Amino acid sequence: MTAWIRSIVPPERLASIQAFSGRHRSTTVIVVMFIVSVVLFFWSDYPPFSLFQPHNAWIGGFVNAGVLILLAMGLNVVIGMAGLLDLGYAAFFAIGAYFYAFGASPFTGLHLPFLLLLFLGAICAALFGIVLGAPTLRLRGDYLAIVTLGFGEIVPILFLNLDRYTQGTNGITGVDRPNILGVQFPGIDQTLYFVLMAVVVTITMILLYRVQSSRLGRAWMAIREDELAAAANGINTVTTKLLAFAIGATTAGFAGVLNASKLTIVDPSQFLFTVSFTVATVIVLGGMGNIWGVAVAAFLIYMIQSVVLKQLTGFFDVVPIPILTDINFVQFQFLLFGIALVLMMLFRPEGLFPERRRARELHEGTDADGGDGANVDEDVLVEART
Amino acid sequence: MTAIASTPAWRRGSRRLLLPLVVMGIVAAYYFVLWAAIALADPQRASAAGSVALQQTVNALSIGSIYALIALGYTMVYGIIELINFAHGDIFMVGAFISLFFLVSVMGQSGPVYDVPVLILLILGTLAFTMPLIALLNMSIERIFYRPLRHASRLAPLITAIGVSFILQNVALVIAGSGDRGTPQIFPLGWRVDLLNASVPVLSFVILLIALTLMGVLQLFVGRTRLGRAMRSTAQDQQASRLMGVDVNQTIALTFLLGGALAGAAGVAWGLNFGYVRQDLGFNAGLKAFTSAVLGGIGNITGAVIGGFFIGFVENFSSSLGLARWAELLVFAVLTLVLVFRPTGILGQQLGDRA
Repeated sequence: MTAWIRSIVPPERLASIQAFSGRHRSTTVIVVMFIVSVVLFFWSDYPPFSLFQPHNAWIGGFVNAGVLILLAMGLNVVIGMAGLLDLGYAAFFAIGAYFYAFGASPFTGLHLPFLLLLFLGAICAALFGIVLGAPTLRLRGDYLAIVTLGFGEIVPILFLNLDRYTQGTNGITGVDRPNILGVQFPGIDQTLYFVLMAVVVTITMILLYRVQSSRLGRAWMAIREDELAAAANGINTVTTKLLAFAIGATTAGFAGVLNASKLTIVDPSQFLFTVSFTVATVIVLGGMGNIWGVAVAAFLIYMIQSVVLKQLTGFFDVVPIPILTDINFVQFQFLLFGIALVLMMLFRPEGLFPERRRARELHEGTDADGGDGANVDEDVLVEART
Repeated sequence: MTAIASTPAWRRGSRRLLLPLVVMGIVAAYYFVLWAAIALADPQRASAAGSVALQQTVNALSIGSIYALIALGYTMVYGIIELINFAHGDIFMVGAFISLFFLVSVMGQSGPVYDVPVLILLILGTLAFTMPLIALLNMSIERIFYRPLRHASRLAPLITAIGVSFILQNVALVIAGSGDRGTPQIFPLGWRVDLLNASVPVLSFVILLIALTLMGVLQLFVGRTRLGRAMRSTAQDQQASRLMGVDVNQTIALTFLLGGALAGAAGVAWGLNFGYVRQDLGFNAGLKAFTSAVLGGIGNITGAVIGGFFIGFVENFSSSLGLARWAELLVFAVLTLVLVFRPTGILGQQLGDRA
């Protein structure tokens, strides 16, 4: 991809752009996000976008994609930066969504302001992140994966079974649409949601970039690469890991509140394991640790999920090709995700848009280093023979 | 380093009888606790509580033995290559589908078979058909997906295993659809024996018998044969085993083969007992079996069996008291608590710093 960019942009111009974006990353994020949002917003009126679905459906889809982007950027902190495999991330998404539903729906009779709930929901999710993180800190990678997986299962089951407080499978309906400083979001037109989502994603991205290059971000990477060495260098591994969980959960809390306010219904089936799995797939595809990489991957995955597969199904419903007509392509999405995960791990573990440091780390094992039994053995044998 | 490598229970002389005694003690204890709980929860049923408790205990044992069979696959694989094989639950699910396929499409069965010799042959035939196929499937998955990643970073094989799990689950979804598929219950459910005033299905004992036989065979294989010794030594130290002439790759493949065969048997038992299969069966059953393995100390074969029965009890206890919808939550709570407070499990002190 970089080669392709190099072929169209003169090298000295590219260098100056890179230098600028390196020095002024927040400005770059704002500019890029602004351009992307404007292009997406207006392009959805024109072909080829407009051939598939109407403008408003596209905008609604982009808002949903924004939710997935937020989730992916948040989980990226936990998995990508700190290297803690969290498979129950949907739990925090659920907590944010239910928090908003409790705070602004006819079910509880409360109608608190949207912005207040947005932040309180995120804080609430962060607290649960710490609650989950605290006891699991001692666990090693794969055990952590299982405990978080269990947590991710427990939370929807709780929301399902405590039906006196959550209305069980029916979920909480009629959740308030956002009302920001007197501007009431309409039900059908998605434009305001789109603007709100673009702003939230931009701010989150800027903050995450700043955290990544801060002392905390470097501490996460140190822990990811070697926890013992990090601790020996004076990093407090407990608070650092807890902060990873908390910040990851915060983003999921934002996503939960936004999603609840857009759908105006919250029910346990929105937060199943498949959500955690999808987000984890996005991160693996996008390149663990690379913020813009996972954001792009989240956007692409959402588009594949909700547009491409649906269109394929619709297309072959019309076009009479015997076998393909009967296939519901949407059914294949998790099969595709599974295949994508496996192929990525086998052939490109650093993801489509790799973060440099992470790529080096992931390829480390395949070189003949000290810990690698087989290669060392073979080397020794070869030497002995010659 | 791991319990696979330690002296197996049967060889410890005087402690040889300890394990069966402990297990029988736990079963009896569960029976009385359940009796008391049912009687307390519903005083009107107190007179019948004893027989209900006995029925449920036997039921718990048969479900527990299915979990134990799956848990063995988790524990052996973890013991030897330290990988949580996420796909193992789905391997079990595929086993249940294969047994369904065999019974319906190959044998043309649709309902109970009352002729005892035919029934026995059918069950043995289903096992003989399913177990090798699933064993081969599990081994191929190791060969294709996990082996190339053996020296990669820790997360890579784990994420691959999750991917494989989703592939299996969704291939089943595409082939079999999303609803329950009925497995012919060839074992007549009307066959019951009277035991202490309770009428208990014979099927539960048959499943228990199949499971215990397989566990016994596994224990003998790991403990007494040359290949079993290779497995134990590989679990302890791969490099040293290689230097001693053990073919490590073959040994790991063998471990997956054995684990797959047991999961296949568990799939057959599931079909016999519950009479249905569904494509997402493996996720929950796998998590429960994994919990069993962790509970018993992951890497520890005896521990996995005890853990399986324990999870069977936990699940059964909540459903006997009319709290079935909390059963999963209880199992996950057990899992989380064990991992957090005693990551070495009940039996597995050997792991120590591992977790």
